[in-house]
Amino acid sequence: MTPRRAASPVESLLAAREIVVACGPGGVGKTTAAAAVAATAAARSGAKVLVLTVDPARRLADALGVDGIGNAASRVSPSTFTAAGVRPKGELWAAMLDTKQSWDALVRRHAPDRSTADQILANPLYQNITGRFAQSHEYIAMERLYEIHAEGEYDLLVVDTPPTRNALDFLDAPQRMADFFASGLLRWLIAPSRSRLVSLASRPFYQVADRILGTQFLEDVAEFFRLFQSMYDGFVSRAQSVSGLLRDPRTTFMVVTTLETVPALEAARFAEALAERHLHLGLLVANKVLPPSFADPDAEAVAESLQTRSEAVATALSSTLADGLGGVDQVERVLQEVGRSFANFELVARRESELLAEMSRGHSVTVTVPHLSGDVVDVAGLLEIGRHVFDGFAVRADAPTTGLS
Amino acid sequence: MSGLLDRRLLFVTGKGGVGKTTVAAALGLMASERGRRALVCEVEPKGDVAAAYECGPLGFVPREVAPGLHAMEMDTEASLREYLRLNLRVPTIGRIGPVARAFDFVASAAPGVREILTVGKLCYEVRENHFDLIVVDASATGNIVGQLAAPVGINELVKVGAVRSQTRWMLDILGDPHQTGVCVVTTPEEMPVNEAVELAGRLERETGVHLAAMVANRVMPELFSRGEQEIFDAIVADGGALHVAEALGDCTEEAVTDVLNAAGLAVRIRRSGAAHLERLRAALDPALPLAYLPYLFGRAYGARAVRQVADALGEELGE
Repeated sequence: MTPRRAASPVESLLAAREIVVACGPGGVGKTTAAAAVAATAAARSGAKVLVLTVDPARRLADALGVDGIGNAASRVSPSTFTAAGVRPKGELWAAMLDTKQSWDALVRRHAPDRSTADQILANPLYQNITGRFAQSHEYIAMERLYEIHAEGEYDLLVVDTPPTRNALDFLDAPQRMADFFASGLLRWLIAPSRSRLVSLASRPFYQVADRILGTQFLEDVAEFFRLFQSMYDGFVSRAQSVSGLLRDPRTTFMVVTTLETVPALEAARFAEALAERHLHLGLLVANKVLPPSFADPDAEAVAESLQTRSEAVATALSSTLADGLGGVDQVERVLQEVGRSFANFELVARRESELLAEMSRGHSVTVTVPHLSGDVVDVAGLLEIGRHVFDGFAVRADAPTTGLS
Repeated sequence: MSGLLDRRLLFVTGKGGVGKTTVAAALGLMASERGRRALVCEVEPKGDVAAAYECGPLGFVPREVAPGLHAMEMDTEASLREYLRLNLRVPTIGRIGPVARAFDFVASAAPGVREILTVGKLCYEVRENHFDLIVVDASATGNIVGQLAAPVGINELVKVGAVRSQTRWMLDILGDPHQTGVCVVTTPEEMPVNEAVELAGRLERETGVHLAAMVANRVMPELFSRGEQEIFDAIVADGGALHVAEALGDCTEEAVTDVLNAAGLAVRIRRSGAAHLERLRAALDPALPLAYLPYLFGRAYGARAVRQVADALGEELGE
């Protein structure tokens, strides 16, 4: 393999794409990684970048200025960059996904007329269904992404994905939404109740449903879907467009994970699923990774010596340390504790490096972000993470396994 | 702090990634080892409980994976079949065929159907006394309220029919703090603590189910006492790496620096975590059992991890 040019592979990747979808298991720092990539891209390129975030921690939301403002995008003030010692070349914008508001907008767009839209929005089942409908949250995130992309306001969109029951749900959400509206059952349910009863095939179902739930409830549901049916064509074609955008060559996926066993396994499954669907996995981010020096044999030897020869070292140190810092035995305990602590981390670091090697195999670009001890609460923190993603230890595999034709 | 395992039904929840499956598996193991017939049920089947016990694939029918310890994965369609068989005496599987096909649709369309079939199955097992304790590896904090509130919601939406009368006894089981409780798992990090605090504040009001315990998982050990911390700081500040290297005699200053940095990181992680735990403590009813589980540097996955978590929980809860 001949080495590629020296430019950051992440910068090259982002230059060729318009959409980055951040995904991965829960609790790995996905939201923060998405915001970090967006902030860094805005700082380094002249691009107008939007991060569409789903559920940021309070202080991160404050830092991005997206707290409680619904779907509207707002520009992150350039002064937050200069405060971090960076003069941004581009612009960073941020928006938060408001599921309810997005659904309402979707209904208004696809309903045949205003009064149908009003009836749907006023239906008591509506909120329940949009809130609970399997994958409704996942779908609406992808739908918003499509909408913003179609408006053409931004050079680069970085989107966070909702925490899903199953990490893959949102990939299939548009198709499921289309299937749902195309379902024969939906047509059956919204047919006049008389024809429903005479249909022989559906009689057992209807009888059972009637005994369990009662006719009235079934009728309420039917009424609601009768209204929803009016949006059928718009919805199905829209869901297909959304699906198409995810497969578009301008879209890439960024899988974020930590190098703990369970999330790493889930991330690996996720990468496979992307490949099966011919979606482009552009970047694999291993987050909260211990530095490689924690698995260094020389350091390991030191850690061991500190535990076995703590008394001698403590005696030697006591003479050099300032007075009043406790006796030799206390210094000794500190040294032993330091040695033990390293041994603990070393175990984790070794496991991580093994998992990282396994994960990097066959993936286009893998980067690591070190374990930072504090929470990310401002743009400076985001740029710090972004620096690791863009410039950090990067592995470029010989051939991407998830390329597009 | 005792009594957690004396309940009949324990829902274990928490933000994704905090280790709730391991805690649920550990609670089940503890109960079985204390002579109780235990069932652990994974509500969103991903094979996590099977992986925790390293027991091979699980299904809807509970299987004994260790003496007195049973495990299953929820399957709402199978739950519906069982419900129909038990309640409506629908004679053959064949006759339920159309229902099964219709199921996915109805479960999506009618709010709470999937949830009620899940919670209903669990309450049914409690009522039938098949097990002394059922531990549920439940939905994450974002979805648990919807899941537990389903019987209330169905009760409001459905005015007649068999379901309405059945939600009644389910609500009786769920609302009884002696029988049912929720155990929230968190880690000493910002978002998991936020979600745990938020859930603690709304759980009982919105679902009628009581909070039973809070578990703070992956707590880093305290490295130094106060005096020791001063000594450590002095060693680091004084260019102590060189002195240590000289005292050891057979290593580089760089290797010593790596070792000191590791301890420094441990201290910083511990401090950041301690602040979040303080926030958690302050937000909770002081009477609520709060257990701390240590960060596992070794295996954090599988039967070995479940064993260690069970031992730690046993000590913390005094059970």
